[in-house]
Amino acid sequence: MSANSRQEVQRGIARTVRRSLLLLLAMVGFTLALIPLYDVFCEVTGLNGKTAAQAQVISGEQIDTSRSIEVQFITRTHAGLPWALAAENTSMRVHPGEVVRADFEFVNLGQEAHWGKAVPSVSPSEGARYFRKMECFCFREQRLEAGERSQMPLVFQVDPDLPREVKQLTLAYTLYSHDQALGEKP
Amino acid sequence: MSSTLPPHSDKQQALSDSAAGGAAASAADHHQSAPSGPLRWLLTTNHKEIGSLYLLFSLLMFFIGGVLALVVRAELFQPGLMFVQPEFFNQMTTMHGLIMVFGAIMPAFVGLANWMLPLQIGAPDMALPRLNNFSFWLLPVAFTLLLSTLFMEGGGPNFGWTFYAPLSTTYAPPSTSFFILAMHLAGISSILGAINIIATILNLRTPGMRLMDMPLFVWTWLITAFLLIAVMPVLAGVVTMMLLDINFGTSFFDAAGGGDPVLFQHLFWFFGHPEVYIMILPAFGIISAIVPTFARKRLFGYASMVYATASIALLSFVVWAHHMFTVGLPLVAELFFMYTTMLIAVPTGVKVFNWMATLFRGSISFELPMLFALAFIVQFTIGGLSGVMLAISPADFQYHDTYFVVAHFHYVLVPGAVFAILAAAYYWLPKWTGVYPSEKLGQAHFWLSVIGVNLTFFPMHFSGLAGMPRRIPDYALQFADFNLLSSIGGFLFGTSQLLFLAVVILCMRKKGKKAPANPWEGAEGLEWQLPSPAPLHTFDTPPEFIPERDSPSRS
Repeated sequence: MSANSRQEVQRGIARTVRRSLLLLLAMVGFTLALIPLYDVFCEVTGLNGKTAAQAQVISGEQIDTSRSIEVQFITRTHAGLPWALAAENTSMRVHPGEVVRADFEFVNLGQEAHWGKAVPSVSPSEGARYFRKMECFCFREQRLEAGERSQMPLVFQVDPDLPREVKQLTLAYTLYSHDQALGEKP
Repeated sequence: MSSTLPPHSDKQQALSDSAAGGAAASAADHHQSAPSGPLRWLLTTNHKEIGSLYLLFSLLMFFIGGVLALVVRAELFQPGLMFVQPEFFNQMTTMHGLIMVFGAIMPAFVGLANWMLPLQIGAPDMALPRLNNFSFWLLPVAFTLLLSTLFMEGGGPNFGWTFYAPLSTTYAPPSTSFFILAMHLAGISSILGAINIIATILNLRTPGMRLMDMPLFVWTWLITAFLLIAVMPVLAGVVTMMLLDINFGTSFFDAAGGGDPVLFQHLFWFFGHPEVYIMILPAFGIISAIVPTFARKRLFGYASMVYATASIALLSFVVWAHHMFTVGLPLVAELFFMYTTMLIAVPTGVKVFNWMATLFRGSISFELPMLFALAFIVQFTIGGLSGVMLAISPADFQYHDTYFVVAHFHYVLVPGAVFAILAAAYYWLPKWTGVYPSEKLGQAHFWLSVIGVNLTFFPMHFSGLAGMPRRIPDYALQFADFNLLSSIGGFLFGTSQLLFLAVVILCMRKKGKKAPANPWEGAEGLEWQLPSPAPLHTFDTPPEFIPERDSPSRS
């Protein structure tokens, strides 16, 4: 091979490497973008069953008395937090558009004060974004002293736009310890 | 061949000028003086030596991963806890998967690429020889690190090779950060190797060789390399997020902090599904080289093979959630991923039919590489069919996380990818070492492997359909017979690989029948113009390539 064509080949290699590196960088960028994209995608579609993290306003639409939805509450506590969480009524029937209040009781069964937070999840996930919460203990961390009991409300509304095939919504709350996150001894 | 075309010139023309003491020896060239002494293998930039290093490394990993699999099979020989503790069992299944996927199959294909791509396209070496050296030497570091976790406090990775969070974050052993570093190193090695392969294929083809004149092994590797560049950053990203979740208090995958464990599975399988094709596309290229050789016909449907490979690669990006049918996807997503997954069966079917059409009315002979290639076609198709069964979303709810899945992916990976690698080794060993692999040992190796592998994995279909869950060290009594068979088959398959080791050692010591430049009667391609064994430096002068005479796609 002549020196000229060798140089040409070297230039070609350098060009290919540059382009592959650009592709690589693009894919790194894409990977980083996937996280916010996933969050936005789930927020729009409710796919991961998450509900809004802040209080929502009451949707002013008419109450749809033609159908009623069964709303079930499930609660559980994650390991490492000696708390119990219970819904006063584990199941209620509501009309879409109706503003309803449900009470929950938190109990710290442990010997020490703890911080905890309830994380909600709605299934079927198609219904998640139609489950609107005006007030919820799940918007912030709670602190309970040893042995303390506390009643906390959830005020919610099922959006009248809820697809007709959804007849039942299950709201699951999982209690997680937030001691470490708030810098307190677990 | 048309009579107007020139015949192949003297074979010596293809010999490296420098090896023949020719004029090019004086030209300034980075690889003229081969490193010698103890550091020779550490410093080598020669594609053949690095290829050999890759292949020997993957062989070592194949045996280590195999021993781990035999621990698993020994434990499952009978119901009840027999030999190991469940915690250790989990480490064995996890390490077996990681070592085989990242340490054995992937490096074996990269090793074959290193050896054969420059020979098949008439290039003197890889485009970036020093980077090539670096890519290889990252691997021993990565896998020493990974294996060392087994001896650390709390043990090695025990969360399955798919390392789902939060098993691999909140509940993981302390050694997980080492595992993450090892994955990073192996990932960097793969990315660098892929860039090198793309640069080589796109720039160093001998004059006259168009893209559609390249052997199928080169084509499949070009496409695989693009897959690697596309998805390895996703793997790097996902393990980095794990690292942050474990050590720096973030909650990408932790629901308590607002994260989502399902996100992990989406990210992992967005990498993981193309990864599956990274481990099978080069195998398609190997089979597409071997079948025409021993059928003494040209490959049927060359262009459709290329397009099928590209379609499989593209489809691999839109099917990932078929691994996650049971996480609670909406119906629309279930249907989308079900149909796209089934769509993959079309280009794959094109390939299988092309191989069969190549065999049709060929003058077939059954040399060792052909035996492995034919076994590949049959057994890979079995794995493909169980794949279509798994693609049916409603049925997958029954199959998910059972031994049916284990049977499926082992059928595509062991009698599939591994058999293709073995076929490639038998096919090119004469070119690498100058002697034919031992026919007797090779035949024994083949038949014991076929019996062993099917005895191991075929009963798993039934235990899976009956509901036996994967990754559990103990099982209900009704699965005992199937597991007994699987364990016997596993030990048969495992120990018969020692025969392959013997074949390789004999070839490396030049014990065996001397091979001519073209050891297989029907073989075509530039690599067969070189003497056997191929000299260290080849094709310093690009070989003559006339598409009408030499292209595998010629009419």
